[in-house]
Amino acid sequence: MEKRYVAIWFPHLATDWFEQQRPDLKNNAFVLSAATHGRMVITAANPLAQQLLIREGMALADARAICPSLQYFDDKPGLASQLWQRIAAWCIRFTPTVALDPLGGILLDATGCSHLWGSEEAYVLDIINRLKARGYQAKAAMADTIGAAWAITRFGNEMIVEKNKQLGSLISLPPEALRLDENTIARLHKLGLSQIKSLVTIPSASLRRRFGPLILQRINQMMGKEPEFIEPIIPPEPYQVRLPCIEPIARIEGIEIALHTLLQQLCERMQKEGKGVRTANFKGYRVDSKTVGIQISTSKASCNVKHLFHLFEMKLSALEPDLGIELFLLEATNVEDYTPAQEEFWKESPALNDQHIAELIDRLSGRINPDAIQRYLPAEHHLPERAFKKAGSLTEQSTTQWQTNKPRPILLLEKPEKITVTAPIPDYPPMNFRYKGQFHKVVKADGPERIEQEWWIEEGEHRDYYTVEDEQGCRYWLFRAGHYDEEKKPYWFIHGFFA
Amino acid sequence: MAANQDTFARLQQDILLLQGFKPASNNVTNWHGLEQIKTAFPNNIFPTGAIHEFFCTGQETVSASAGFISGILSSLLTQQGAIIWISTGKMIYPPSLKAFGVNPEKVIFIHLKNEKEKLFAMEEALKCDAVTAVVGQLNEISLIESRRFQLAVEHSKVTGFLLRQNPRNQMTSCVTRWQITPMPGEGNDGLPGLGFPKWDVQLLKVRNGKQGRWEIQWQSGKFVVTPKYNFERELVRKIV
Repeated sequence: MEKRYVAIWFPHLATDWFEQQRPDLKNNAFVLSAATHGRMVITAANPLAQQLLIREGMALADARAICPSLQYFDDKPGLASQLWQRIAAWCIRFTPTVALDPLGGILLDATGCSHLWGSEEAYVLDIINRLKARGYQAKAAMADTIGAAWAITRFGNEMIVEKNKQLGSLISLPPEALRLDENTIARLHKLGLSQIKSLVTIPSASLRRRFGPLILQRINQMMGKEPEFIEPIIPPEPYQVRLPCIEPIARIEGIEIALHTLLQQLCERMQKEGKGVRTANFKGYRVDSKTVGIQISTSKASCNVKHLFHLFEMKLSALEPDLGIELFLLEATNVEDYTPAQEEFWKESPALNDQHIAELIDRLSGRINPDAIQRYLPAEHHLPERAFKKAGSLTEQSTTQWQTNKPRPILLLEKPEKITVTAPIPDYPPMNFRYKGQFHKVVKADGPERIEQEWWIEEGEHRDYYTVEDEQGCRYWLFRAGHYDEEKKPYWFIHGFFA
Repeated sequence: MAANQDTFARLQQDILLLQGFKPASNNVTNWHGLEQIKTAFPNNIFPTGAIHEFFCTGQETVSASAGFISGILSSLLTQQGAIIWISTGKMIYPPSLKAFGVNPEKVIFIHLKNEKEKLFAMEEALKCDAVTAVVGQLNEISLIESRRFQLAVEHSKVTGFLLRQNPRNQMTSCVTRWQITPMPGEGNDGLPGLGFPKWDVQLLKVRNGKQGRWEIQWQSGKFVVTPKYNFERELVRKIV
């Protein structure tokens, strides 16, 4: 993928900060100064002061001679670099890879980021505008290379350098844009090489002889012929540990030791960072250059070595070492924040959110189908098969109450089964029924309880439920689908068994 | 003679201790009426941290046993706690557990078809001391497997219930063996309707205790032993 970089430059970082603190300064020329070698030297000048030809590095006394009304303040040591680092950390919103430019400024690796803003222009404009809203004057430019973006920010006027078009925009820039030391730049100017254009035409051998290898490296980096790396302020560190082995490991005992060692390393680090594993991969690189691996997942973030080891252990038999494994790699692919619960010495009453129960569920779902493990919450439906729903997690709370005012059987058939009945008069319970070839004489009955179909979910007949008891004392839940009708005999069903 | 009696009683206690019957270490204070049959149990306490076996024949007796077990669970389940219910199909109807004092949200159901998987799940669940009780609908279980369960619960103090439908092997090391059969309910003072769920509860086997047979009904959130019926004279009723 082609890289895109954005360089941000703050021409007046320290004075911008002063203006934020004292808004009345905005309309005045002012400078910041610090004592060096027994005199006060200007360290930063605001745009108004710069218009008066007051530059950094000038003695304060000279500047005051130019402009007697010039206001001056003591520079705070380390202010600019502090601001610079803080803004760099803030810039994480634009890309995950933000780096500090050693020459002042910020570098963003914007590869694959700008489409989220619609276009590259919108991306760079958003950066500039957001910084402006915070009170910082910033210049930013996007280019294919770090060198080009840096040069355009400081010496060019463009905002976006099109892909592979950097040469055209760069050749008219002064040699300062090459990020060279002052001596070299002075010598280049002295030789009349005041534009990059004149430098690139000189054979590289002569350039190297005269100015050293750095100038060639800078030109190549700017043109994208040589790679340049930046050091992100937040290094993305994968949760990964590896264990190379001197001898190939082919025995399960060895693999177990390797797994345990790696888990200990990983969990120690995660514990420090307050993270826990949700999914993890354990890979083995075999002698025959093949990779074998197993994966586990947990229902709750965990950094418990024993528990994770147990989860892997159940799957270790799937890991074929063949001739032996040379390198073990353990990677936590999905990591979540983990708040360790305080261990209790005397457990009085275990709860559902207990870590041990979550671990038990993990162990079980390692061997059996995880869908088989369910917890149920009440749902607001009258139809018995819809009166409960699957809970999403172990700790999910119900939003409604369980209904207990109506009798419900303890065993409910997943699908009501047809029965043959003798029912005397409309809306009376049956006198007897036959279920699975067994004849039951109804002695007592309760009902009917009419439950309508939920038409917005499913069309169908309503149900009239009867609770009946046969001669043995067994209690059943029967229903008739639809109204009693002389011509069309309604069907009867059995739906459950009461305790 | 009195001294001998004392010695015997003490020795009996020691033997019970060695056999895994710890004195009332569990803090179940409200047995929801189950105290009425406590004389059948060793130390006059319903054995928690043990495996109880329920023999069933058909759906009717399974539902009766499930109801009776739910009643016991409601006593075991304190304010916090979790129950694991390993069932064959998705037959147990969660909302109905509420009627037996068990909050269905505290029950984790594991629906499994394969007997081997059920055995694995049951043993793992029994080993976990964060669980209050485990109910398993396991039909066939060998003596060795039941020993494994017993060893697991002796360590974790989890109470296990096994619901076995028409089991072939009756040689197990479970502490108790029950048979619950539904009985015709009595109407409320002659009023029409079904009345409370009522069971013929037979305690077929209890280690170090006495067998017994009671007529128990579940009434307003607790067990009530109805003494009207005398089983001593009655022949064993035919089970449906």
